[in-house]
Amino acid sequence: MSTLSVSTPTSASQVKVAEKRGLSTAAKRRLPLLPALVFVIAVTQLPFLLTVFYSFQSWNLVRPGSRHFVGLDNYVDVFSDTTFLVALLNTVVLTVVCVFVALLLGLGLAILLDRKFFGRGVVRTLLITPFLILPAAGALLWKTTMFDPTYGLLHFVFGTDVDWLSEFPLAAVMAQVVWQWTPFMMLLILAGLQSQSKEVLEAANVDGAGRWRTFVSITLPHLSRFLQLATLLGAIYIVNSFDAIFLMTQGGPGTASTNLPYYIYQRAFEGFDVGQSSAMGVIVVILTMIVATFALRLMFRTFSVSGGIK
Amino acid sequence: MRKLLTLLAATSLLVTGCAGAGSLGTGTSTLVIAIVANPQMKDAIALAPEFEKATGINLKFVSLPENQVRAKITASTATEGGEFDVVMISNYEAPQWAANGWLENLEPHMAATPGYDEGDFIPSIKQSLSYRNEMYAVPFYGESSFLAYRKDLFEKAGLTMPARPTWPQIADFAAKLDDKVHGVAGICLRGKPGWGESLAPFTTVANTFGAQWFDKDWNAKLTSPEFAEAAKFYVNLIREHGEVGASSAGFSECGTRYTQGQAAMWYDATVMAGTNEDPASSKIVGKSGYAPAPVVRTEASGWLYTWALGIPKVAKDKDAAWKFMAWMTDKAYVQKVGHTYGWNRVPPGVRQSTYAIPEYAEAAKAYAKPTLDGIAAANQQKTMANPVPYPGIQFVGIPEFQDLGTRVSQQLSAAIAGRESVEDALKQSQDYAQTVGDSYKAVQ
Amino acid sequence: MTTVAPRKRQYGKGSLTVATWVLAILFVFPLLWMILTAFKQEADAYTDPPKLLFSPTLHQIGNVLGGSFLPYLANSAFVTVLSTLLVLLLGVPAAYALSLAPVKGTSNALGFFLSTKMLPIVAAIIPLYVISQNTELLDTVWALVILYTSMNLPLAIWMMRSFFLEVPHEMIEAGRIDGANLPTLLRKIIMPVVAPGIAATALICVIFSWTEFFYAVNLTAARAGTVPVFLVGFITSEGLYWAQLSAAALLASLPVMIVGWIAQNHLVRGLSMGAVK
Repeated sequence: MSTLSVSTPTSASQVKVAEKRGLSTAAKRRLPLLPALVFVIAVTQLPFLLTVFYSFQSWNLVRPGSRHFVGLDNYVDVFSDTTFLVALLNTVVLTVVCVFVALLLGLGLAILLDRKFFGRGVVRTLLITPFLILPAAGALLWKTTMFDPTYGLLHFVFGTDVDWLSEFPLAAVMAQVVWQWTPFMMLLILAGLQSQSKEVLEAANVDGAGRWRTFVSITLPHLSRFLQLATLLGAIYIVNSFDAIFLMTQGGPGTASTNLPYYIYQRAFEGFDVGQSSAMGVIVVILTMIVATFALRLMFRTFSVSGGIK
Repeated sequence: MRKLLTLLAATSLLVTGCAGAGSLGTGTSTLVIAIVANPQMKDAIALAPEFEKATGINLKFVSLPENQVRAKITASTATEGGEFDVVMISNYEAPQWAANGWLENLEPHMAATPGYDEGDFIPSIKQSLSYRNEMYAVPFYGESSFLAYRKDLFEKAGLTMPARPTWPQIADFAAKLDDKVHGVAGICLRGKPGWGESLAPFTTVANTFGAQWFDKDWNAKLTSPEFAEAAKFYVNLIREHGEVGASSAGFSECGTRYTQGQAAMWYDATVMAGTNEDPASSKIVGKSGYAPAPVVRTEASGWLYTWALGIPKVAKDKDAAWKFMAWMTDKAYVQKVGHTYGWNRVPPGVRQSTYAIPEYAEAAKAYAKPTLDGIAAANQQKTMANPVPYPGIQFVGIPEFQDLGTRVSQQLSAAIAGRESVEDALKQSQDYAQTVGDSYKAVQ
Repeated sequence: MTTVAPRKRQYGKGSLTVATWVLAILFVFPLLWMILTAFKQEADAYTDPPKLLFSPTLHQIGNVLGGSFLPYLANSAFVTVLSTLLVLLLGVPAAYALSLAPVKGTSNALGFFLSTKMLPIVAAIIPLYVISQNTELLDTVWALVILYTSMNLPLAIWMMRSFFLEVPHEMIEAGRIDGANLPTLLRKIIMPVVAPGIAATALICVIFSWTEFFYAVNLTAARAGTVPVFLVGFITSEGLYWAQLSAAALLASLPVMIVGWIAQNHLVRGLSMGAVK
């Protein structure tokens, strides 16, 4: 910290014109960044490099002596594996549907909460709670007390003996994930709604704009960056969904609700095929990078807006 | 906000203290035991404090369902991780792991324990846990597979179970006994994915239909006419007259259904009888008959399986580990369970002396003999039509089978759930299997 | 929403309030049901139709607390608190460097941090397993502390950066002109503005660490299991266990639930990354 104080007197006015400064000052300014950078690189990047290395090997953990270099064989096998493609498709469906539905529900609930009414604080507290309970607990509760074909609440409400988890496995998992993430979306959108300038809304009201008009032409544009942020953060977490599938359906029946994280887990920790599961990991990272390039751009746009004005 | 931070810091200090005591410094006299959460093992966990009191050795159990605990145990043993001092494994793992040098040879330990009497173990079970005729795991319970059927329902329908039923006969009975109105399925069969779940009963069916996973030159045979016939038979039987939610029903789920009176027949592990005849868990005590595993083209078809205890080579305190294993697998333990929980809950299929106990013989008279006969007949010569290049009956005794079997069982489950045709399921499975077979061809 | 009557009409307002309440209760019903079930006897948990009225019992809660639950709770608390403190220790300077004293390549660094968040956690699990084993970290709380820190750090830096950006330049300049050095500036001017943001960030880290499942399941066995791992034992469906499961789920979630309820406003703040004052 003491090294930092040296640099401050030299800065004449603008903090942001750091580029023009001498190298040593810039280096000192980077110093506070270094520990975090080194830590993140060590913990996230190095293991991944090992994954890449393993992906070129045929290696079954429980067959000693099986480890040898096979080039791209693992990748060829992965792409001809229909289950991998099913898992990929399930991942996309799960992520897109869950983010979209949770966003819509969150928007609706946020609009309902964005006004003064009796017990508003209590209602908000109630609504955020699904986000606070352990996803593992949520998944097991949905599996048992909600979806059970004999004693579950859904059986009681709809009066059918449908075995939800085997007839609609992916939808059942998605219902749980949406339930878990809707409060997150709601909170974000609510923050957006409450940051609207009251004067603008009043003015629109005076001008005789209906509530729908006001919502579409003033509120939605204002919300857009919050919606983007919610989508991005939601997608980052939901694409990695593992708990719900592991605990509710084990990926089944068959592979009907297997997503990529679960499939890779199975190949790695139930099948011990290090080579192929590593190859899958690498493919997933490449696919994510392609999608993320677009997402990151979005993120930067979002933040240059929110950060820039202040 | 600052309060929040202070609070955080304060709790961290507090918690560091707690966790330090609870998790970070585990004493050397604590054994960590990874165990499958089946009913007989839960009884052992409940009785374990007696062992702790008698020996001063502390025990910590990691007790999880089969798929989860197997993943943990295998990862830990294969990488020599050393998290566990005692692991529960089966006759699938024991010989392979012994050959890999991952397990402690138990012969010296047994020899140094007077009265342990390893000669009392049922020979086929003992053999299945041995490598070069030395035991690397000691059996806790052993099983074959057989068919439980409801004598009362058979009588009501005017049916009689033959002494040696065939699968077509069973399918016929299932059709006649299927009672959807009263929620009674014709038969309960496993459909839950997992090589130790649905593939165990299914592979015995395939074997007796004359099918096999690999021929003796390691060519995968999953699309052979016999295999397809067996798969169609199994899938159709479940789909037409099986239990609801079959694609996620395993041993436990079928057990719950059968003991609650929701199935007329159940083909599964012989250990099921203990639960079926236990008044604490079953509504149908005394109503079941037990028939040998149904056959088609072979003389017998039951599997051979045992849950056993072994010590990983890297475990620190092997003597303490052995003391615990000896406690859990010796004759005194059988007596203790019988007197504490009742004789139906005694771990079966391991010690010949168990079957000589009068109380046990009385409690188990419906199923003791079928169990022993099943175990005795469970060998490749009697249950398979053709020679195969691998050990095992209901599994293929190679390391890759965990992965291969799981993936094939997923395909089977998908077919049972009606999401895929049997042909498609087998075609994909054949691809998986051939990749594995090729890696053995190369070796030869 | 379009059909809703104008604000001034009392009737419309009233019915909307009722509707909001009904929706909220429906939405959290699975949770309320869990709480009810946690106080049931097992037999009361398995009834058709489901039972709303029953004689409550503390039997299940007592069972869970009397069993092996507490070590898991202690591990969770330890991992959560320590990893959150580490995130702050590493993240605050980084956020400062990326906001108030930006240098060339700032946006690259930011992009890099965020991109690590997009790396699917499953992609590196095998190397992580092997590495933690070789470093004797397998099945220890330390492996989780390290991984949770790296898991939360990128998001935390992003959040805190946006809070640092809220500090008005004029105030910093004014402080400098008065001759304040950096520590003084930090203490007197910057911290008061960003402290709420840091607290909010810490809260988010606490939630994500407490609820993390994947690493915990794969990298712990007997000693370092956290509360989500405790729940894995409930996967099988043998016998009657719903009431006990509900009690366990309730106890496992309670600490974070309470913290989240108390600090609701921080939660909003943290999630919207300082976009709201």
